[in-house]
Amino acid sequence: MVVQGLRARLAARLGSFSLDVELEVGGNETLVLLGPNGSGKSTCLDLIAGLRSPERGRIVLHETVLFDTDTGVNLPPEDRRVGLVFQDYALFSHQSVRRNVEYGPRARQLPRAEREQVIASCLARLDLTAIADQPVLELSGGQRQRVALARALASEARLLLLDEPFASLDATTRATVRAELRRFLRDAALPALVVTHDPLDAFVVGDRLAVIEGGRLVQVGTGEELLAHPRTAFVADLVGLNVYEAVLAPGVGLKEARAGTVAFHVLADALSGAVHLAFAPSDVALASVPPVGSFQNAFAVRVQESASLPDRLRVTLDAGVPMVADITREAASGLQLAPGASLWAMVKATSIRVYP
Amino acid sequence: MTWPTFRGRRTSYLHAAAAPLVFFLVFPFVAILLSLSPAHLFRHLFSEMALTALGLTLQTTLIATAFTVLTGTPLALLLARHRFRGREVLDTLVDLPITVPPVVGGVALLFAFGRRGLLGRSLEVFGLQLPFSTAAVIMAQVFIASPFFVKAARAGFEGVPVRLEAAARTLGASPWHVFWTVTLPLARPALVAGTVLCWARALSEFGATMMFAGNFPGRTQTLALAVMSAMESDLETALAVSTLAIFLGLGALILAKNWARRALRN
Repeated sequence: MVVQGLRARLAARLGSFSLDVELEVGGNETLVLLGPNGSGKSTCLDLIAGLRSPERGRIVLHETVLFDTDTGVNLPPEDRRVGLVFQDYALFSHQSVRRNVEYGPRARQLPRAEREQVIASCLARLDLTAIADQPVLELSGGQRQRVALARALASEARLLLLDEPFASLDATTRATVRAELRRFLRDAALPALVVTHDPLDAFVVGDRLAVIEGGRLVQVGTGEELLAHPRTAFVADLVGLNVYEAVLAPGVGLKEARAGTVAFHVLADALSGAVHLAFAPSDVALASVPPVGSFQNAFAVRVQESASLPDRLRVTLDAGVPMVADITREAASGLQLAPGASLWAMVKATSIRVYP
Repeated sequence: MTWPTFRGRRTSYLHAAAAPLVFFLVFPFVAILLSLSPAHLFRHLFSEMALTALGLTLQTTLIATAFTVLTGTPLALLLARHRFRGREVLDTLVDLPITVPPVVGGVALLFAFGRRGLLGRSLEVFGLQLPFSTAAVIMAQVFIASPFFVKAARAGFEGVPVRLEAAARTLGASPWHVFWTVTLPLARPALVAGTVLCWARALSEFGATMMFAGNFPGRTQTLALAVMSAMESDLETALAVSTLAIFLGLGALILAKNWARRALRN
């Protein structure tokens, strides 16, 4: 069988912590490994990149066996063609953007003409041509991330690993860089494994999410799947977000953001055009009658399913777009929650986060 | 905020408190420099004894320093980068020549490589006699001065982020290539500072050389030993050679400080 993308089975022991996961990333898919600090996600990247070796396991990338305890294969990092983008990017900060990007081609001893071509195209792809001769020290966080990506691409990486790609960015640039990275990963036609502890980053960047807790995968699936059917309370909390792509009207004050057929009313003076909306399931209130009062966001919804979590109910709704609500058992007692039932869902405009 | 008003007085107290030691450290050098007129200085500087000692000193210290850099770099890298049993013990042993009196170092060298030494006896079978030769001068210098290089180089290698080396590996570089393109350039200022420091310590080496190599003009008599001999017969030559040694030492310090500052900037 032809294996495209990455297949990794990793078992490692680090002191009292044990890691045991199986990951699959499709040929041009972005899988996000989501978990709290100390859950073993960054270790997975080190193991796949070959910076450490698992005790047991097998790592296959596009039919090339990188590591296999059964056959004794263990390729060194330089032969794996795995581009690792470190949390702080680990750039050669005393050198220019170009020198950073050409490190890989030089190390791989590409012929000069081919090297120049690779470097030029990688610089162009990440929009770095204009600043190619600037020292990396003078760049912003977002630019540094682009240099790290260009450097990995230029080394002919066939898999990208990104460790907390937004952790060293400030809040204002974070949203922009996130959008850029998503675009880049969609176009890159490379399998990518992104590690993050932030569910919002995971939803925006990932095609699929793998939730890791204490060195074990607890659930793998698309954002919608995880949101609607969280298998543990931990996943429910971690991926507890309704996220939509929407088109936002220009102007200030309360304004309309249209996600498919549904119009949300939100506050986001600085933004317009294509945006994302996000709010937690716990920010959704349910009622059996239309609300009276100042609710700007009240939707007629239909119940698809309700799932019992240890401390609450998670109700999956069809509001024209999929929507998830977390409500207490007390709140649920007065509601008809059978599949197909009609309800009203309310969200405060101030609870909706808007970002590019 | 009462600090600023007191500050002037505080620093002047500080100046006064620091002055005795400064005077004590600087005055002897001034005394040497004032003891000879420039004319005398130059005449004695170009005496055969001084020139021979200077030539031998430069020759031996440069060879000792080169040998130390070649063999000390891998040792420093090992201490900086690898976790192994006995690492701290090894580190302490490598520093030992700094704290042991150099004369004791000389005695130790004699009992290792001397005619009746542990290894010296076997060496003699091959017709190799190390003590009281120019080679012995170099060995004494390496023994006493190399720890200074290893210490500085180790700190330099420890300052290179492991992540950068790891990143370079994932970009397709072999460990050897990573060493030359990442580790070495980043550690270079510390390595150069350590090299100069090692050279400076070799320049001033006396005790171990005296004990293991003796004091033979043209063969083992370095500047420091020449001063010692001249003091008994020709005071002015002793002063001239001392002046030379002072300026060599000063030059080495300025070089080392310059590179240390560069290391900090990186």
